[in-house]
Amino acid sequence: MNIVAAVRAFFAAQPPTLLIGLAGVVALLSVAGAIATVLTALKPDRDYRELRQRIASWWVMVALLAGALLLGWQVTVLAFALVSFMALREFLSLAPIRKEDRPAILAAYLALVAAYGFIAADKYMFYLVFIPVWAFLGLPFLMAMLGQTRGFLTTAATFHWGLVTCVYNLGFAAFLMRTPDSDRLPAGAAGLVFFLLLVTEFNDVAQYVFGKLLGRHKIAPTVSPNKTWEGFLGGWLATGLLIWFAGPLFTPLAGHGLLVVAVALPLAGFAGDVTMSAVKRDIGVKDTSHAIPGHGGVLDRADSLTFTAPLYFHLLALFALGKF
Amino acid sequence: MGWLRFLLLVLVARPLALFLTGADVTGRERLPLKGPAIVAANHSSHVDTLLLLAIFPSRAVARVRPVAAADYFLRDPVIGWFSRHVIGIVPVARLKAGSGEDVLAPARAALAAGDIVVVFPEGTRGDGDQLGQLKGGVARLAEAFPEAPVTPVWIQGAGRVLPKGEAIPAPLNCAVLVGEPLDWEGDRPAFMARLRAALLALKDQAPPLRWS
Repeated sequence: MNIVAAVRAFFAAQPPTLLIGLAGVVALLSVAGAIATVLTALKPDRDYRELRQRIASWWVMVALLAGALLLGWQVTVLAFALVSFMALREFLSLAPIRKEDRPAILAAYLALVAAYGFIAADKYMFYLVFIPVWAFLGLPFLMAMLGQTRGFLTTAATFHWGLVTCVYNLGFAAFLMRTPDSDRLPAGAAGLVFFLLLVTEFNDVAQYVFGKLLGRHKIAPTVSPNKTWEGFLGGWLATGLLIWFAGPLFTPLAGHGLLVVAVALPLAGFAGDVTMSAVKRDIGVKDTSHAIPGHGGVLDRADSLTFTAPLYFHLLALFALGKF
Repeated sequence: MGWLRFLLLVLVARPLALFLTGADVTGRERLPLKGPAIVAANHSSHVDTLLLLAIFPSRAVARVRPVAAADYFLRDPVIGWFSRHVIGIVPVARLKAGSGEDVLAPARAALAAGDIVVVFPEGTRGDGDQLGQLKGGVARLAEAFPEAPVTPVWIQGAGRVLPKGEAIPAPLNCAVLVGEPLDWEGDRPAFMARLRAALLALKDQAPPLRWS
């Protein structure tokens, strides 16, 4: 009985809109699962294993992230640190790195720990400058002391690119968890993060679905041959509408602030997707790993988030949040 | 002691391997789940052993025994105890090879007991970029146990996580590619050629190593 009471108290303490939002995601996934089952039954000659695998992985990701969000900022920051770590490990594993750079690889992981340490300690100014200024200078200095000058500038740029996308930019999503209640948040700090993840991933899926249904005209054929104008515009419109109508439930945004986010965030998601595709094409791989069945690597799933997280954070800071 | 080894493998080795390498396994279903069976992998790092112990399902892991050099792993009593009872090594006195002593006897005993014996036919850790010369001991084991399948495994990138001579591992993704098991067909040189070809074919499917 005590456990039941504890569980009830746990959920009662959560912002109701956050719970409704999570229930909505569960409903969406159930619908997707039902469609996949129907498709498999209707067209037995076609292979829907990857679709079903993709949906199964969505269930796992949603369960893990929802659990982290409900358990509070500590667990959420830890979860994002883990996502950043896996993304950075994928990036450094695939990028051209020189044998002499092993100490620099270790230093990059230390920079990750320090950056998330600043989030945990709620030191916003330190966080802002640590990777873009100090890791940016410190890693190349370390590389210089290691003594290998062949390909120096390229390697330094590679490390910095990995740290900024995988750690610094994703970390902004975690930093939203440190927003105080005094900022009049309709679904708590977790609601801010939930909404960022929801619209970013919704945009990815909507672009994919519109592209599959209507796609005719390729938008970036040399970089990402499956992306079409129809998919991009359909995703933009659908995600923009979602942000416009659902935004006030989860964020303090309203009026022209909300409009700017609704217009800009889907664009940033698309930009992240295409830019990361160019990186993968340069490296010569299709997926960054097989960490998420049906999706590829962590970086394949989080590519658009590396662009949307900092943009969302700064637009919120500009229009609605007093703290940042 | 068996339960201690099992717990350490499942609760320590497995998360550690996942943290250090991501353990990106292709063809996991081809791993043997019962002995006698032989797994033959390339070797560039101690991480190879950790990774191979980590990718077997829990119900099979107690049976997995890596073949390891007695002169290296048993030289010190603490490391020796750990190697025998936790890693579960099958010691091979490689320095006595060719002296007339039967250095493969412990490996044959393990196979006879129904274990899954992991061998590194290169005999030592290489640089991780190339497959070295293969030693013929694995063919002699396969000949002695013709019913044991020999599963080739290519481990890509472990030499970057912990190269020979380094002490601190750097987490980087490793791909583990498990190939179709080879059967013994009665000829040692032909068997070694097939094993080499199988390992190189797996290497070709591995993601690129941009490491210079």
